[in-house]
Amino acid sequence: MTEETKPFEPTIIGFTCNWCSYRAADMAGTARMKYAPNVRLIRLMCSGRLDPTFVFKAFASGADAVLISGCHPGDCHYISQNYKAMRRFHLMKRVLTQLGIEPGRLKLLWASAAEGAIFAKEITKFVEEVRALGPLNWPKPGEQVSTPIMEEVTA
Amino acid sequence: MSKPKFAMYWAASCGGCEIAVLNIHEKILDVDANFDVVFWPVAMDAKYKDVEAMEDGSILLTLWNGGIRNDENEHIAHLLRRKSKILVAFGSCACEGCIPGLANFSSVKEVVDTAFSTLTTDNPDNLRPQPHYQMPEGEITIPTLYPVLRTLDQVVDVDYYMPGCPPESHQIAAVIDLVVQVLQGKAELPPKGATIGAGNSTVCDECKRKRNVKTIKEFGRIQLTHADPELCLLEQGIPCNGVATRSGCNARCPTAGAQCIGCYGPAEGVVDYGARLVSAFASVIDSEKPEEIDRILDGLVDPAGQFYRFNLAGSLLKAAKPAWKSNGG
Amino acid sequence: MTQRITIDPITRLEGHGKIEIFLNDEGDVANTYFQIPELRGFERFCVGRPVEEMPLLTNRICGVCPEAHHMAAAKATDAVYHVEVPRTGKMLRELLYSAFYCTDHTTHFYALGGPDFIMGPDAPVAERNILGVIHKVGLEVGGKVIQMRKYGHEVVEMIGGRKVHPCTSIPGGLTKGITEEQRVEIEKMGRWAIEFAQFSLEAFNSIVLGNKAYVDLILGDIYTHHTYYMGLVDENNKVNFYDGKVRVTGPDGKELVKYAPKDYADNIAEHVEPWTYLKFPYLKKVGWKGFVDGPDSGVYMATPLSRLNAADGMATPLAQAEYDKFYKTLGGKPVHQRLAIHWARLIELLYAAERWVELVTDPEITSPNFHTIPTATPTEGVGIVEAPRGTLTHHYWTDERGVVTKANLIVGTTNNYAPITMSIKKAAENLIKKGNVNEGLLNMVEMAFRAYDPCFGCATHSLPGQMPLEVTIHKSDGEILDVLKQFVD
Repeated sequence: MTEETKPFEPTIIGFTCNWCSYRAADMAGTARMKYAPNVRLIRLMCSGRLDPTFVFKAFASGADAVLISGCHPGDCHYISQNYKAMRRFHLMKRVLTQLGIEPGRLKLLWASAAEGAIFAKEITKFVEEVRALGPLNWPKPGEQVSTPIMEEVTA
Repeated sequence: MSKPKFAMYWAASCGGCEIAVLNIHEKILDVDANFDVVFWPVAMDAKYKDVEAMEDGSILLTLWNGGIRNDENEHIAHLLRRKSKILVAFGSCACEGCIPGLANFSSVKEVVDTAFSTLTTDNPDNLRPQPHYQMPEGEITIPTLYPVLRTLDQVVDVDYYMPGCPPESHQIAAVIDLVVQVLQGKAELPPKGATIGAGNSTVCDECKRKRNVKTIKEFGRIQLTHADPELCLLEQGIPCNGVATRSGCNARCPTAGAQCIGCYGPAEGVVDYGARLVSAFASVIDSEKPEEIDRILDGLVDPAGQFYRFNLAGSLLKAAKPAWKSNGG
Repeated sequence: MTQRITIDPITRLEGHGKIEIFLNDEGDVANTYFQIPELRGFERFCVGRPVEEMPLLTNRICGVCPEAHHMAAAKATDAVYHVEVPRTGKMLRELLYSAFYCTDHTTHFYALGGPDFIMGPDAPVAERNILGVIHKVGLEVGGKVIQMRKYGHEVVEMIGGRKVHPCTSIPGGLTKGITEEQRVEIEKMGRWAIEFAQFSLEAFNSIVLGNKAYVDLILGDIYTHHTYYMGLVDENNKVNFYDGKVRVTGPDGKELVKYAPKDYADNIAEHVEPWTYLKFPYLKKVGWKGFVDGPDSGVYMATPLSRLNAADGMATPLAQAEYDKFYKTLGGKPVHQRLAIHWARLIELLYAAERWVELVTDPEITSPNFHTIPTATPTEGVGIVEAPRGTLTHHYWTDERGVVTKANLIVGTTNNYAPITMSIKKAAENLIKKGNVNEGLLNMVEMAFRAYDPCFGCATHSLPGQMPLEVTIHKSDGEILDVLKQFVD
């Protein structure tokens, strides 16, 4: 395989919660479970801390996909804040779709601290799904699209 | 001693900011008394080459309204930045793109195609406007459209922001008072980059409607109900953006019975206005079941438009994917 | 050798514009081009928006006349929802609209058009502006103009919620009504507006009509075009700004067509030229024959003069008396002289003020029944009003949820794109001969353009009426032959 035909490696930002999903990721790592290395994890105390701004910033800064992960509904360390994440996720998906970001690029995953294997499997699956979607290539801040493209609109 | 120089210019805008300035009525005489108006194409005689001939930094205060839609807008933005000491992004278009920024949901090709193929358009040869066109007598030109509409600060360095569509006249009058005081040495300019002529809180703070804990089971449409005039609109399921919108307008629209559409831009400290509203609207949904959440969200028929109505060009993502050309995406 | 004169930018226009004038080898005008260099894309980006937002989004087409778009959009959304607005709702909308008309027509006459007449086209440049007007007619005039603008905007705010970009029109009516307290205030302001309108017509009568040179100017050929005329009329064929059918009469005064809003697309088409972003509406029944006058050319005008020509009279008594006097003085209907638009505008100012008082003294104006909740499934609808600058058409299609799927807008000044182009060309042709360009050209081209009310006026101090023009004459090798400036330092 030449340099040019290397498969596209998605960059994925994963927001995990301190009490469940982050520990699941930890467990997978400790147990040396193999899973795709494309996800960069960011630990929040709770998935309910997930401000949609983080997700938009991730996409605007070059992420090809975003994962939000927290405790199973009913098991939230802070009682019910993961439902906030759930509601935000549903609304964000709709907004992102209207902005041309495929719904497949945003994933919500519930994972308890003991579910390292499941976590690993889901990540690997997600990476392949995003690979199939291709790079998002959102223009970066500063990379202003400033060239007039009038040619495109001539008859 | 000559009076300090003042300029006002419009790019991709609607003229509402000019009218808002005129609606300060007699106060316009304070502008006249304290400034020498050197460039204001809508109102007086100076031309672009007169601005070019001015010394750099010789215009003390320039109010710029309008977004950057084409190459002429950009050219003049750079010109006025050079010639001005203080450049204010005046009004929503300059600050965050405003309504013309909604064009960023589409590619500029779609924008032009739509305009030139409407129901009543007679265009059998499928013509489109050309930046250079050769007529029998000579070549004539029109500006070239850019792929996305940009805010003023995405093109040049901006000193202050004055939000609103348009900025309320009483706010404009207050800013003029402040500038006059600064000129007289009685006050100091705010730190560079500040938002002026607006409040530091949200529209909710200025709105007189009663507010309770919100538990929304359904989002509605303002025409399909006779809303309670005393109660918070969002609480009644009418999508109102006041929760994340900067104060300063006296909550005129909710006072008149209409939902806040967000024309004063993001409240203090908000990084992405639309994201903020996603959070707010998601918070008030009264459900923990995914199917029910989806059903409730179906009542918001245009969430991206609702949340980014005035702010798309100034948001983190700036435009929808179809708008970006492939020297970007 | 071909010479070229570029006027860029045109100022005192809502938006941007530029003019190119080409001379032939003899130095006479070969052709002129009036280009509009901007496009924002409303017809595209309104797609996907809930239709009740259209009165709010289309406000931002024009911040000088958002009320016009707000009303056209409101009526279109009523049509989309197949809902009838209660009588009080219609009256409130028309009341807001009448007050807005008073403000808008006042601003144009006193700050833009008036100085040309009140001071005269030959008056010294420094005097041909609102200050000159004040010196000639009296110091209180400036104060009255500010007062009229203030009153008009106060009414807009009371009914529309805000002074610029009103927010209260929704499908089926409005979000609020007015109290008796507000009604009393609005009536007081309306009666003052009638006096102000009469004062303005008096001023026009004594200063303009009392001066033979001005009358000759108005009646002269340079500013005369024989085109079709368009305006909204009520069921009695009287001028109405808010509602009715669109009537078109020909250069001979006979009615060509009278159509309901839903039939606009059978009657109007928009011609495209690739050197400008704006299209040229024309009458389909007659066809596009180019930028020419006459009954065989589909070019039509939509201005205060057009409305008076297309109607059989005014619906209020004081304005009707002025209407009769207007046609008697100018030799019958229709009037083709473009400078008469300024006079027609003042007659409309009077009608708007009378209508304002008529509506606000109706006993049902304070009724709480100002909104009907729509029950039908939204589909498609057309709303037409008269913007001060011409007939304004909004057409929306929606899905079953009332989300816009398509939009078509034909905006006020757009109607006049071809006529303005022709007026500029005729003025240029008559004044530039054998390569001699003189200062007179600048002012005369201005007058041709300004009569159409290119959408803006300015307040007292900033000396409007001095439209900056810089005319650069290039030889064909690019060398500058001469530069003529007016109000350019």
